[in-house]
Amino acid sequence: MSATIATPTPSRLRLGLRAATIAVILLLALMPVLNRLPADHALHISDFVVSITGKWICYAILALAIDLAWGYAGLLSLGHGAFFALGGYAIGMHLMRLIGPRGVYGHPVLPDFMVFLGYTDLPIFWWGFQSFPYALFMALFVPGVLAGVVGFLAFRSRITGVYFSIITQAMTYALMLAFFRNDMGFGGNNGFTDFKELLGMPLNAGGTRAALFYASLATLVGTYFLCAWITRSKLGRVLIAVRDAESRVRFLGYSVTQAKLFVFVLSAMISGLAGALYVPQVGIINPGEFSPGNSIEAVIWVAVGGRGTLIGAALGAFSVNAMKTWLTTIAPDLWLFALGGLFVAVTLLLPKGLLGLLRGRRS
Amino acid sequence: MSTKGRLYLDGVSVVFDGFRALNNLSLVVEPGEMRAVIGPNGAGKTTMMDVITGKTRPTSGTVRFGDHDLTRMDEADIANLGIGRKFQKPTVFDALTVFENLELALKAPRGPFACLRWILTGEAKARIDQVMEETGLTARAGDLAAILSHGQRQWLEIGMLLMQDPQLLLVDEPVAGMTDQETEHTAALLRRIAGERSVVVVEHDLEFVRALGRKVTVLHEGTMLSEGPIDQVQNDPRVIEVYLGR
Ligand SMILES: Nc1ncnc2c1ncn2[C@@H]1O[C@H](COP(=O)(O)OP(=O)(O)O)[C@@H](O)[C@H]1O
Ligand SMILES: [Mg+2]
Repeated sequence: MSATIATPTPSRLRLGLRAATIAVILLLALMPVLNRLPADHALHISDFVVSITGKWICYAILALAIDLAWGYAGLLSLGHGAFFALGGYAIGMHLMRLIGPRGVYGHPVLPDFMVFLGYTDLPIFWWGFQSFPYALFMALFVPGVLAGVVGFLAFRSRITGVYFSIITQAMTYALMLAFFRNDMGFGGNNGFTDFKELLGMPLNAGGTRAALFYASLATLVGTYFLCAWITRSKLGRVLIAVRDAESRVRFLGYSVTQAKLFVFVLSAMISGLAGALYVPQVGIINPGEFSPGNSIEAVIWVAVGGRGTLIGAALGAFSVNAMKTWLTTIAPDLWLFALGGLFVAVTLLLPKGLLGLLRGRRS
Repeated sequence: MSTKGRLYLDGVSVVFDGFRALNNLSLVVEPGEMRAVIGPNGAGKTTMMDVITGKTRPTSGTVRFGDHDLTRMDEADIANLGIGRKFQKPTVFDALTVFENLELALKAPRGPFACLRWILTGEAKARIDQVMEETGLTARAGDLAAILSHGQRQWLEIGMLLMQDPQLLLVDEPVAGMTDQETEHTAALLRRIAGERSVVVVEHDLEFVRALGRKVTVLHEGTMLSEGPIDQVQNDPRVIEVYLGR
């Protein structure tokens, strides 16, 4: 931005932001390529950086999903980590089924933990997970149904604000406790790991990792366009109206329950997809993903980046996680304090987040 | 006589924690009629509108619009029947522009998917332009509702009612806090709106009610105290005692 222009016009700023976003996406797309360069090349990017960036891309998808519900429709969910984790578990079940006889116990069908726990047959809810399309479908379907049920009950009874937040937080907590149990059939506290392959490609191969990275990046871009389409449609304006004056919207003849349900279910499905992309990249899923802290952290990304701005949500996910990675290497004990402090500071000083800062202090 | 488009309240009571905000209230507004409702603060005027629009359920009594039992319907369904409401405290959507506020109110399919697919046609745009013209907001079309003056917010809300094209319009204290000039403009606007629709206007301001020049209902402590032309009502000894005489 030119320094001679004190207050750039919004359209100019928007153009600048758009150009910067495209540049960042192109840079991200280059990362797996630069990773292939010889290790002593000046532009070489390490495996670590590529894999952590792949994770952050999944977090950014989750942030977009949270922003759609919170930033536009005012639904502050403190349980979106559950949808993310359920998507991760769905793809994790597929990855476990693909291990086949290569497990420690060598059972042709049952995953190791089931053999260890004395299962003789595959539980019914594990059926079909050998199919990738089915697992991917379930990664969207299960979070969608859960959000549909929780949302329907809450919205129909007009539970709003902090009460809704508490319900969603309780939801993820309850799921965490359930998934910790061995008799649930999801591997208890160990969860799933030791994955071998996905779609016929070994998971630890460089090419597979690059493919997963690109799949995540493409999903991030796709999710952005989906969210942008929704928020710029009349439905987006209905959601903003619901966020700001819910009861007034009813007197205009709109069903607030339907509008909220639409956005909450869609948001949960996007979160599930993010989780499904995340698990093959990190190679593990366990009940810790359901922990209430994860959901709260994800909300903080959105608050930091700029609630109600899609680019801001993604920016928040990248920047807070970059800070986390940096801080947890130099002073791991400080991270939670820093996160809490960041949240308070953003709430008090930057209600529009980092993106608000970029756009200047004009309201 | 046909009941179509007729608002019918009979024996309506609303009790809040033992307090009777409405007490056996009966009222009929014929299609196309414009009715002014006056009464001191706390008389139950707003509660009456809450009952008609589904915000508050009556403790007892009948509330019908045409053949529909309004006590069994929710706010959105009642709005879609053709009952529009302007609130005492102007409520417009601050984060949206004047145009967008009117567009949201425009009569059109209300479901999420229909809203997602919504495309602003020339016809819809012409209708919005017309209402902005009527309410004097044309120059503010692209401004956020948040930066409108108090009077303009009231007109925007009335404009939103017009977009809904309701059969019955409930207007709660439209001129509270307005300048004389704004009050006059509002009275003219409401008179123009009336005609084929029924309008119920709640107001304190007697000059305003006089300017409307229609039948008046006086509410007091949740019941109807008097009903008739303004001059007759103003000379009713009971009315003078509780309201006008002070
Ligand atoms: N939700 C409520 N709970 C308890 N009391 C209420 C409620 N709404 C209104 N009231 C009471 O009912 C009475 C009538 O209120 P209202 O209909 O707002 O009067 P008006 O609009 O004529 O000034 C007032 O005494 C008010 O305090
Ligand atoms: Mg009132």
